[in-house]
Amino acid sequence: MEYNLPPICEFDFSGLDTDLLLSMYRRMLQAREFEEQLYYLFLTRPMPGTMHQATGQEAVAVGVSSALQISDYVTSTHRGHAHCIAKGVPINEMMAEMFAKRTGSCKGMGGSMHLCDFSKGMLGAFGIVGSGIPIAAGAALSALVRESGQVAVSFFGDGAMNEGVFHETLNMASLWKLPVLFVCENNQYALSMSVTESSAVSNLAERSCAYAIPGVRVDGNNVVAVYREAQKAVARARAGEGPTLLECVTYRIRGHARFEASSYRNAGEVEAWKKLDPIIRFREAMLQSYQVTQSQLDRISNEVDLEIKDAIAYAESGPEVNPEDYLLYVTDEANHA
Amino acid sequence: MREISMMEAVREAILQEMKLDVRVILLGEDVGKFGGAFHVTYGLLEEFGSKRVWDTPISEAGFMGVGIGAALTGLRPIVELQYADFIFCAMDQIVNEAAKLRLMSGGQTNVPIVVRAPQGATGRGAQHSQSVEAWFMHTPGIKIVLPSTPYDAKGLLISAIRDQNPVLFLEHKLLYGAASPGGGKALSDSAIGSVGRLVPEEPYTIPLGQADIKRSGRHVSVIATMVMVHRALAVAEALAEENIDLEVIDPRTLVPLDLERILSSVRKTHRVVVVSEDTARAGVGAELAAQIAHDAFDYLDAPVERVSADNTPIPFAPAAQDRVIPNQADILNAIRKVLSNK
Repeated sequence: MEYNLPPICEFDFSGLDTDLLLSMYRRMLQAREFEEQLYYLFLTRPMPGTMHQATGQEAVAVGVSSALQISDYVTSTHRGHAHCIAKGVPINEMMAEMFAKRTGSCKGMGGSMHLCDFSKGMLGAFGIVGSGIPIAAGAALSALVRESGQVAVSFFGDGAMNEGVFHETLNMASLWKLPVLFVCENNQYALSMSVTESSAVSNLAERSCAYAIPGVRVDGNNVVAVYREAQKAVARARAGEGPTLLECVTYRIRGHARFEASSYRNAGEVEAWKKLDPIIRFREAMLQSYQVTQSQLDRISNEVDLEIKDAIAYAESGPEVNPEDYLLYVTDEANHA
Repeated sequence: MREISMMEAVREAILQEMKLDVRVILLGEDVGKFGGAFHVTYGLLEEFGSKRVWDTPISEAGFMGVGIGAALTGLRPIVELQYADFIFCAMDQIVNEAAKLRLMSGGQTNVPIVVRAPQGATGRGAQHSQSVEAWFMHTPGIKIVLPSTPYDAKGLLISAIRDQNPVLFLEHKLLYGAASPGGGKALSDSAIGSVGRLVPEEPYTIPLGQADIKRSGRHVSVIATMVMVHRALAVAEALAEENIDLEVIDPRTLVPLDLERILSSVRKTHRVVVVSEDTARAGVGAELAAQIAHDAFDYLDAPVERVSADNTPIPFAPAAQDRVIPNQADILNAIRKVLSNK
């Protein structure tokens, strides 16, 4: 396989209702448009901080989260906007956080790399690669102890699979049959390092055999395929059968952060993957299935465009953070800050 | 009230809180079947079962993260590290996650986790001897408790378990006062007297951030932690025969720090010695000396003296270790030094 393209898989819509498909399509567009508008904002304005785009990876976040309940838990990464959107975090508040406003998801204290919304089970994007993996397992352990029936999902990249906590956590989660999904979003690169140079095994899902759990490799640019595999893993977890490692093979279309030009990869590779764009593939497959119409999809697209514009307006009009706001958050007692 | 060891006091605090609050769980290496490397958790697995007491693999970063995840989602985990030196394996989870999540989330979450760790030099060489408190004083978002007596240990640990924030609870191996099931006699220190051994059977709390005057006096304020409290008290007894009257203050928690109680002592005595077992450079003594010098400069009749471990990994040979770790002679010399400055 030239350019390490994914295990291409046809869309199988059987048994899926149209509302679910359209809601997945909407979430993917929201994630894409949120980041495309941010890209433009970072080009044209003095935006605070930085951001990492998951352009081309939206099917992973949306496919997995569509198999979850709001009460289920998710941990994410520095490249986490799509995970938040897929879990239902209000987009207005996410955008306000990007603008470092007091109305942001984290009151302007977290920023892009630490977005979270506990009311949606979104326990956090973690800026330290791999750090969210044991935390998701802890949320799963908590669900087990409380007998709540919740599951936890940890999203992480191919780079994180070389962190020690990945191995430590998969071992414990398997021993204890924790209700957790480990979702590797294999986007082929850890900044500049290709997964072919960073991992001794090319099929990352195979690493699951070291921990006696199922390892599944799926076309990460096919939202329905991801959804179906996530559903199986979630059912397994809820049934007390333990964790699953789900490797979603995808590609980071844009650079590592903002306008990083990706000189370490060739244009042919990027173009080959662009042909596999998860949104375009999903759209074409839905239209071919006659399950939805062009006008239905166009209407969603227009609504999302407006929604993101509104989110930017909401963010712009929000109050600035007071410089001393941080004193409220160091501990739960301001005088101990 | 009855006399119990620090080991028993810590165990009793955990046991009583686990009975009171089903959210409290234990995680750590050998905390279950084995009852803990220092026997602190013996019998708790039998009492509470495997959903409350989790024997973990040797994966400090991993199980620390598991504890944090559980703390974010409704439980109140107590995570035990077998030796404080092993905390460095879990540094990312404690420093980057536990301590930062409240701020990063804009106050959406607290992280009610207690990390227990036995520390102090007991002849086991450089990787089982370190005092780690200063590393975490430099980490905003985590509280630091370091008791010197069984009475303090029980009340402070119950407060720590009920606290909404991450708390590092350090226990000195020389103060446990009970033998471990690993064999051998209980570790101890000749200076440890009977102070603080009477412990109520019922649960009680000591607020975090409240220093305790272990001995009141007029001439020198000796601020000491953990085993150094006992060494300072022994020195105080010896100096009393010379009519030198030491005030021994145990901060009990370094974060939050009861600076007001320390300063009011300094305003009375005008002379200060800070005694702690961590290494001198950028250590507990350095921080306290800076704060005292800043806030009570006009009251000081001598520079603040620090008595700390030398800036070295702890050597194995007993004679070398004893040279590195502050002893009664070191404390005495520092007191004579601040008194000689007229």
